[in-house]
Amino acid sequence: MSENKHLLEVEDLHVSFFTPAGEVKAVGGISYTLDEDEVMGIVGESGSGKSQEAYAIMGLLQSPGKVIGGSITFEGEDVLAKSKAEMTAFRGSRAAMIFQNPMTSLNPVYTIGNQLIEALVTHDKSISKEDAAARAMEMLTMVGINNVEQRMKQYPRELSGGMRQRVMIAMGLICHPKLLIADEPTTALDVTIQAQILELMKGLQKKTHMGIIFITHNLGVVAEICDKVCVMYAGKMVEQGPVDDIFYSPAHPYTEGLLRSMPRVDADSHERLIPIEGTPVDMLNPPEGCPFAPRCEYCMKVCLQKMPPYVEVGEDHRSACWLRVQEALEKKEGKNDG
Amino acid sequence: MAEKLLEVRNLYKYFPVKGVKGPGVQAVENVSLYIEKGETLGLVGESGCGKTTLGRTILRLHEPTAGEIVYSGETIYEREYPFDRQEVAQKDAEGKEFTRQVLVKKSVPKAKAVDMFPLRRKMQIIFQDPAASLDPRMTVGEIIGEALDIHKLWTSRAQRTERIKELLDRVGLNTEHANRFPHEFSGGQQQRVGIARALAVEPEFIVCDEPISALDVSIQSQVVNMLEDMQQELGLTYLFIAHDLSVVRHISSRIGVMYLGSLVELAESYELNKNPLHPYSQTLLSAVPVPDPEVSRSRQRIVLEGDIPSPMNPPTGCRFHTRCPYATERCKVEAPEFKEHEPNHWAACHLLDK
Repeated sequence: MSENKHLLEVEDLHVSFFTPAGEVKAVGGISYTLDEDEVMGIVGESGSGKSQEAYAIMGLLQSPGKVIGGSITFEGEDVLAKSKAEMTAFRGSRAAMIFQNPMTSLNPVYTIGNQLIEALVTHDKSISKEDAAARAMEMLTMVGINNVEQRMKQYPRELSGGMRQRVMIAMGLICHPKLLIADEPTTALDVTIQAQILELMKGLQKKTHMGIIFITHNLGVVAEICDKVCVMYAGKMVEQGPVDDIFYSPAHPYTEGLLRSMPRVDADSHERLIPIEGTPVDMLNPPEGCPFAPRCEYCMKVCLQKMPPYVEVGEDHRSACWLRVQEALEKKEGKNDG
Repeated sequence: MAEKLLEVRNLYKYFPVKGVKGPGVQAVENVSLYIEKGETLGLVGESGCGKTTLGRTILRLHEPTAGEIVYSGETIYEREYPFDRQEVAQKDAEGKEFTRQVLVKKSVPKAKAVDMFPLRRKMQIIFQDPAASLDPRMTVGEIIGEALDIHKLWTSRAQRTERIKELLDRVGLNTEHANRFPHEFSGGQQQRVGIARALAVEPEFIVCDEPISALDVSIQSQVVNMLEDMQQELGLTYLFIAHDLSVVRHISSRIGVMYLGSLVELAESYELNKNPLHPYSQTLLSAVPVPDPEVSRSRQRIVLEGDIPSPMNPPTGCRFHTRCPYATERCKVEAPEFKEHEPNHWAACHLLDK
């Protein structure tokens, strides 16, 4: 490991759901590090385990889901070893999460102000009511809400979708966490509102220098906001690297396929899309070997038998693909010969 | 110029709201457009802008409030606008007087409308959520077969089965899938069933209402390609409704942009992308994230203030004026006319008049 301490270190994390139909390996071995002031995107299709992985960090996994292996280290502390009370203190104050649907994650029967103040008071019992209210209003102003005094008295249903997501962000940041996990925060929003929220998050990130994990399926959003990217497929991390490397020299056929299959709004001519054939993996009966093999155009015999190891294909750029393993071996042999 | 398959003139659709005076939700406001045979007209806009309502009103799944719909030369609906615009003087909170426009109901002759049943064979729709639009208690074979039964498109049982197989094959499903229920399929496969159902009656015109937005990214392009292939082979005409501008840009020959019930711009897809005239289209284009880090770092983005106003009580004049960075006094009172500013490039904005 490197000498300087990372903000968050996830090592070989495994999460499984023990359903009546059998074990579903939602997350099958994920490792990454996140530093302060860094934005990491986690991309994947629905069911690829990208949200479950984040829930595991926050200790929010729902039964029958369990972390069955690996470690999560936050500022040198083992998150998985924390007790329930310690996790409650950890959540919100040091690491916060915002969710996809702001309507269902805000409590409909409390006012906005009430909910913001509650978040503060939970983590700081000594704070006075006036101070808490002032802080809440300051946060609302920071996320670009005007008329804050009136907004504090309103209920979530009185706000629009974009407004609610701003309130969620304000609530997430009210205790100055060092890590923010944003689970598809713009997916439920319209493009013009999405643009507003992305600009807001970029601005806040520059101000607070927090680390952000941005979970999304939209590669356009990733290109916009992230410094590095982790691509997930069927619970496995298939590729990880700096954002430019992922977009300009993808080293995994799945990433390549995703990029190729997306129409671009700034395209000059009409080109036929090149889709990824086949259907996503049935997580109850995942294929042996590489999960992407059945849909992969370069599929080899070995792909169907064994999961490939991670190969460094560039600086901080890793990919799990037998093709890269082969290339690495050839390179090594070439060096030995020469 | 190719033949116009469908033409819509000054179409309105209001949904009355119980307990509220006036016209209610003004979902579609004075929309005029035409679709040529064999082309794809894309329709984009944010949620609540009335694009789905427009699509359904064209098919008369919603009865229009006013306007004219012409399909292959035949007028299928015509009704006069049943409201009068009146200026009412009002006082605001500070006692200052201002005039407000209100709509007052007036009596108009009954709508001229034709029986839609024979037309349903020609005009079909593909819905957004495939899981919700397929009957969970019917097998896929029954779902597709029902359309054949209703329009009596078979003479023998064997022919009916043969046709169902053919349709499943066309959308890339196996013939044995006919005996399965919708829940046994993935989202992409369910959407294929929805498409097979629409194709069963051999339509000429299909409204595709957000057909891919419920699907995973890697599946979306499969369905887009299939829709394109079918258009080529069967000579279909599409009205393609979506909020994802990049997909609409890919599949459409022309694109219409909607805002709060009105069509604000309509142009060829390449032209709209390179030279958007209306301020709203410009914003919308700049808001779409591009999957290219360098491009997104370098480009300038127009970020709109505020949210979409409620269609229950839309702004007077140009409906976009409350959020438009260039709005003038004129925009607040007078609704801009939707007209051709450049060849084949229509827009509704006062700024373009100079």
